[in-house]
Amino acid sequence: MADQSAARGPTWTKWLVVAVPYLWLLVFFLAPFVIIVKISLSQTAIAMPPYAPVFDGLATFWDNVRELSLENYVWLTDDPLYWRSYLSSLRIASLSTLMLLLIGYPIAYAMARAPKSIRPTLLMLVILPFWTSFLIRVYAWIGILKPEGLLTVALQGLGVLGPDEQVRIMNTETAVFIGIVYSYLPFMILPLYSALEKLDGTLLEAASDLGCPPVEAFWVITWPLSLPGVIAGCFLCFIPIMGEFVIPDLLGGSETLMIGRTLWNEFFSNRDWPVSSAVAVVLLVILVVPIMVFQNYQKKI
Amino acid sequence: MNKSRTLPVIGAIAAVALTAVAGQALAQERVVNVYNWSDYIDDSILADFTKETGIKVVYDVFDSNEILETKLLAGGSGYDVVVPTGPFLARQIQAGVFQKLDKSKLTNINNVWPQIAERLSKYDPGNEYAVNYMWGTTGIGLNVDKIKAIAPDAPVDSLKMIFDPEWASKFKECGIYALDAPDETFAIALRYLGKDPDSKDPADLEAAGELWKEAAKNIRKFHSSEYINALANGDICLALGWSGDVLQAQARAEEAGNGVKIEYHIPTEGTYMWFDNLAVPADAKNVEEAHEFINYLLRPEVIAKASNYVAYANGNLASQQFLDKEVLENPAIYPPAEVVERLFTISPYDPKAQRVLTRVWTSVKTGT
Repeated sequence: MADQSAARGPTWTKWLVVAVPYLWLLVFFLAPFVIIVKISLSQTAIAMPPYAPVFDGLATFWDNVRELSLENYVWLTDDPLYWRSYLSSLRIASLSTLMLLLIGYPIAYAMARAPKSIRPTLLMLVILPFWTSFLIRVYAWIGILKPEGLLTVALQGLGVLGPDEQVRIMNTETAVFIGIVYSYLPFMILPLYSALEKLDGTLLEAASDLGCPPVEAFWVITWPLSLPGVIAGCFLCFIPIMGEFVIPDLLGGSETLMIGRTLWNEFFSNRDWPVSSAVAVVLLVILVVPIMVFQNYQKKI
Repeated sequence: MNKSRTLPVIGAIAAVALTAVAGQALAQERVVNVYNWSDYIDDSILADFTKETGIKVVYDVFDSNEILETKLLAGGSGYDVVVPTGPFLARQIQAGVFQKLDKSKLTNINNVWPQIAERLSKYDPGNEYAVNYMWGTTGIGLNVDKIKAIAPDAPVDSLKMIFDPEWASKFKECGIYALDAPDETFAIALRYLGKDPDSKDPADLEAAGELWKEAAKNIRKFHSSEYINALANGDICLALGWSGDVLQAQARAEEAGNGVKIEYHIPTEGTYMWFDNLAVPADAKNVEEAHEFINYLLRPEVIAKASNYVAYANGNLASQQFLDKEVLENPAIYPPAEVVERLFTISPYDPKAQRVLTRVWTSVKTGT
């Protein structure tokens, strides 16, 4: 009895602790999102800010609400450009996430199996690139991939390319994939590593004792136990890659269509805040579905 | 519209950083927050201004009108002097972004070049809101030796180099870049087609789009700043670019001593003439200082120093006696009168036409 009352104790501190993350979400996610939804229902105008209605007072609140319309969303379905941008982003994000998994898993596995003494060093090496600005690292790829860049020079030196031949990777989708896989690799490796490191080695020993070949043991034991890491890594990469703007803009050619660039065009070239807000809302909806699937899956594990 | 070195992203980041700094600096000393195009001034001008007036210049740069406009339209940009290009200026005036200049404080206003002020009045009727800073043209930058090697008889003074597949296809392998600035590129395409470059008729825009779609097959990249380095390094043969930027590529190639010879040509068909102008946002906090700064730039010897440095023509007639001979007598910077005759300006796009324009331009760039 005494224990129970103690646990009930100062409830308000408990509530405070619970409230902090909710407050955070409210202020930094929900409130901006509501504003974006509101702009997406407005119309563009030549004014400051460039849309109307603006909701500048409580008195005209309901009049303003009545002026809102879904026209911008209808516009999105009218023009195939938007769907092609979404699909193209989806394709690029899926393919690069798959590549990241294929490259990241063996690295994380090797790190987790390395002697304990050198694991911190290996971890450090994965994190080290973050010490340099992301933009500078992407710019460095321009220096490597451009026709007269380091890659061409190296391949010419090795005799793979003739003196007049040059690599044609810069400003293509291949360059975008290289840039994305390079930039996001740590985000894939870290969750994988933390999942694989926790793996109980005795399980594999037991499997081996019971006559299970290593390859099968991997698929029966290691892979299922690392799944939470795989899922976390995939989403950590997939979601930001969907909205990626910098890498396709710097490394991609004119024909690399991604939703981030379409959004940029709407916002900056067309000054169409309402339509760009609508594009952003739809993008969020597209991303929320996989997140829900993910959470559902996590509950099951 | 003209100068672009870094990428929009970097400009945006720098701009955000500045707004924070600018806010703090307001307190005691006199300051003026200037937001200008990148690489667009001789830094000693700013130092001299501070020495003379005691007003500290917080100087920040952007590389696209779109970035500037978005900040201005959102309001509370924190800048006191900004430098939008013609059509953008016109639309921003309409949106109520700027305040009228107090001409009584601009004692040097008589130095302006009437011809330029008159052309500028198309965007700013009565020249009430803005004073021209620099102006230039959009034309053809080329690698002289490479073009000569491929086609000695190429019409280097003509837009055919870009739009006529017969010529453009010859330079495709060598590399062609074009500006990613649809308002200008469409005006130029319309002129090439013999239509009114200022047309906002969707059918005309579609026609210009078709011309660009054909041309795009021979173009390696649409970008508004990368062509400077690409030309200077000898990576490409040809670029549709801004006059001063091509001349900068020329200077860089000379500095590097890599044997690359770059020339700028104003197309004989006529081309787009742009104006970058000094204006004061309506919500500027240091209006007095802003006027003093603009008035300082209106001094002939000051603006001449800027022009000598950036290789762009200015809108100040009295400054011409202070210009270097290489600048004043360079027809690529100060074109002769008969060439100026063929230069045109365009009015801003309304939201509907803008949407058509951006849409068609996106399909040109993505090849669909």
